Amino acid sequence: MKARFVLRASTPWWRGPLLVGAAALLTILISAIMIRWAGGAPIPAVRYMFISPLQSRFGFTESLLSATPLVFTGAAVAIAFRAGYWNIGAEGQLLAGTIGATWVGLHAESLPRIVGVPLILLAGMLFGALWALTPALLRTRLGIDEVVTTLLLNPVALLIITGLLNGPWRNSESGFPDSDVIADSTKLWIVWPNTRVHFGLALGVVVIGLCWWFVGKMSGGLKLRAVGLAPNAARIAGLPVERTLLITALASGGIAGLGGASEIAGVAHQLTTGISNNFGYTGVIVATLAALSFVGALLVALMFGVITVGSFSASRALEIPSQIGQLVQAVLLITVVCALVIQKYRVVWTIKRSEGRK
Amino acid sequence: MNSVEGVVIASRGGAPSIYLRNITKAYGETIALSDVSLDLRAGEVHALLGENGAGKTTLMKILYGLSQPDSGQIEADGVALKIESPRDARAAGIGMVTQHFSLVKNMTVIENIALASAKTFAIDLARVRAEIVSASTRFGLDVPPDAIVSSLPISLQQRVEILKALMSGCSYLILDEPTAVLGPNDIDSLLEVIRRLRSDAGIGIVLISHKMAEIEKVADRVSVLRRGQVVSSSLANGITSKELVTLMVGEQQSGAEQRQRSASPSQSQSPILVLESVGVTREAGGLSDVSFAVRPGEILGIAGVSGNGQTELVNVLSGTTQIDSGTIVVEGRQLGSNTPQSLMRAGVGILGEDRHASAVHALQVVENLILDCVEKFAGKLQLRRKEMLSHCESAITQFEIKANPKQAFGTLSGGNMQKVLLARLFSRNPKVAIISQPTRGLDVMATNYVRSLIAQASKQSTAVVLVSEDLDEILELADRVAVMYRGSVVGIVDHSEASRESIGELMAGIAK
Ligand SMILES: Nc1ncnc2c1ncn2[C@@H]1O[C@H](COP(=O)(O)OP(=O)(O)OP(=O)(O)O)[C@@H](O)[C@H]1O
Ligand SMILES: [Mg+2]
Repeated sequence: MKARFVLRASTPWWRGPLLVGAAALLTILISAIMIRWAGGAPIPAVRYMFISPLQSRFGFTESLLSATPLVFTGAAVAIAFRAGYWNIGAEGQLLAGTIGATWVGLHAESLPRIVGVPLILLAGMLFGALWALTPALLRTRLGIDEVVTTLLLNPVALLIITGLLNGPWRNSESGFPDSDVIADSTKLWIVWPNTRVHFGLALGVVVIGLCWWFVGKMSGGLKLRAVGLAPNAARIAGLPVERTLLITALASGGIAGLGGASEIAGVAHQLTTGISNNFGYTGVIVATLAALSFVGALLVALMFGVITVGSFSASRALEIPSQIGQLVQAVLLITVVCALVIQKYRVVWTIKRSEGRK
Repeated sequence: MNSVEGVVIASRGGAPSIYLRNITKAYGETIALSDVSLDLRAGEVHALLGENGAGKTTLMKILYGLSQPDSGQIEADGVALKIESPRDARAAGIGMVTQHFSLVKNMTVIENIALASAKTFAIDLARVRAEIVSASTRFGLDVPPDAIVSSLPISLQQRVEILKALMSGCSYLILDEPTAVLGPNDIDSLLEVIRRLRSDAGIGIVLISHKMAEIEKVADRVSVLRRGQVVSSSLANGITSKELVTLMVGEQQSGAEQRQRSASPSQSQSPILVLESVGVTREAGGLSDVSFAVRPGEILGIAGVSGNGQTELVNVLSGTTQIDSGTIVVEGRQLGSNTPQSLMRAGVGILGEDRHASAVHALQVVENLILDCVEKFAGKLQLRRKEMLSHCESAITQFEIKANPKQAFGTLSGGNMQKVLLARLFSRNPKVAIISQPTRGLDVMATNYVRSLIAQASKQSTAVVLVSEDLDEILELADRVAVMYRGSVVGIVDHSEASRESIGELMAGIAK
């Protein structure tokens, strides 16, 4: 038997969701096998991981909270990739955003909240965009590949944070390398009373909506897509390719930085070296799983939130490693990429028969 | 035929043949082929004709395993063939040179051919070289074995492709519009190669072309496709070009009208585009000291053997190549730098020679059509989709494009891609239109239509720079002809004095 991939002529709208559903089922199946291997009981584990976070109010709202930064980084990566700008630096840009946000947060004592909150968010966005500026200039001016430069700047951002926390921002009470708590006037509103779900999530949804509208409906979005799909053709049509890339890179960095500010002002309220749980890198996975669609990125981010919370409770209850959550995400990446291939290509199985040669 | 070791049922007429039987293929709602049957014979040149979008490429892709039919089958000497990939096709002795070459550009000729014919892990380059040399003398296909492919002119790259197919042992060779990318001299030598392959090596050749003259010269058998159906298949000597054209397009005829030149081609007006000693420094293939001026309503033809700087000149005028010396003046204003945007803003529009590079294949036809004037359709909050679509629909009607506005550009037939790009150029009413190889790959009707469009544009006082390898096209349309040789303009001839001979001498670098 031989498999062959044939490009599909057309794709009905339901095929995508159907395939993603199938990929999710397959992922659960494969995860169950892995959990078995790790010595846990697969069925309760799957239930803990995918279902129980959705059954309790606490589980659900904690999932939303975990999803929040991924909404930002997923959108940041998706918009950059759509323009053909391979930004692998959302991690560093998010971290830069946390620096900017903390800086405002530590100096905004006497402001009213209605000023403090926009200020802290703006600072995060600005620092994120600034962190994205150097690789973007190197790419658009000198043609230096942005994959390497954006990636290499990620640990640099973390080092700067470590330096700040061991220097000027060392905690004034404990002396530990954690910053002081930011001013109340810069803390985000809680949007779901008596939970930790904060204004950042709403903001993330708005960002997703804006990205979707811009890329799909506005003239700038059409230019962005054209530049991403065929830069030379875009250039011949007179589109400002370099400028489009530069602006997209800055927007991408700004969105990631905004995600960083949302973490500081929304939940952490102070800067720590562990402020980002690989949110930027996970954003690449989120965007890829969503096939670079923004609404898809939102859904994937929410699902990842559920899996993150679920894998913690599964590991606590069943004594299996909590890394199982990352494992599930990785398996999901593989199955969904397969699903995306199948969405584009038809697989034709052929059985070698000898009749053909009578 | 190396793969058909089985029992051979008596083939008709003695010579081995391939039969395509009742092939049907639809793409969504477009029926590209419906119930097409065709016979190919060894030692015969089978010309395949048809309008743009008639289904020629689709049919040949099916034969070569690049695409699968919805129904129908392929037989060789009465034996059903399963062709599911180009590999299967090659095993069955079928080779194809597609319009877009599949060579590895940064490798040498030897390495490319070795890649295609390698059956073992270790490649013996010395042996491959010997084989190339013997094959190229046998078929009259001279190629420099050690040259890097990207350094070769397109005509030689094409020879490498043909040689590659022949050396993998094919007995049928499909050539999809091979002459569309060639200049007149190269066409003649390709036709000679085709004759030799047929007569000396007994190879069956499928030749797709839009040019009647070529068909007359080499075809033994001619089949005509119209809207996905074979409307005629007969021996070439029993049918005239005129009959063929009628078969292709049906009864509707729009003969080529001669361009009416105004008595004094706007000598009074001042030039709108002036190039003054423009130079591009290159180790090979640059430009030096190119100067000319074009007036509104004038068509300046640029003639020359391909590879003498025409491509570079077009790149300069589209802004993709920066000039190193000289000046470009549009409407009396000197351009600071020749970027695509500054040229476009100055009113210069462009149709590049490579239509694949000029459009975004994954975007829709409508999106490609407005790509150079996106702002015009920008509403406050979103693109005005409805206006875009109606603009596109009127372009489709006006330019007789076989396409759906929402179809991906990449799925159009070659000729229809060209028409979309022409529509894009002319719908912005450029003051200066730089048009390169406008009728390359277009069918007879479309060619006439495009030429009349160019004439029309000049009547509305657009200045046209027409770069073409088709000398007849230049002689028909141009008011003056500039001839390029080794990166310079070696002469500008008024159309009243321009003839094949006078231009030909300049092109060869003889006259001064
Ligand atoms: N992948 C595809 N998806 C949708 N439609 C397609 C696809 N490929 C070809 N078509 C359509 O099939 C028809 C036949 O196309 P084909 O390329 O065979 O034409 P052709 O005869 O080679 O024309 P040309 O002379 O312009 O090259 C066209 O209407 C084209 O738009
Ligand atoms: Mg074709």
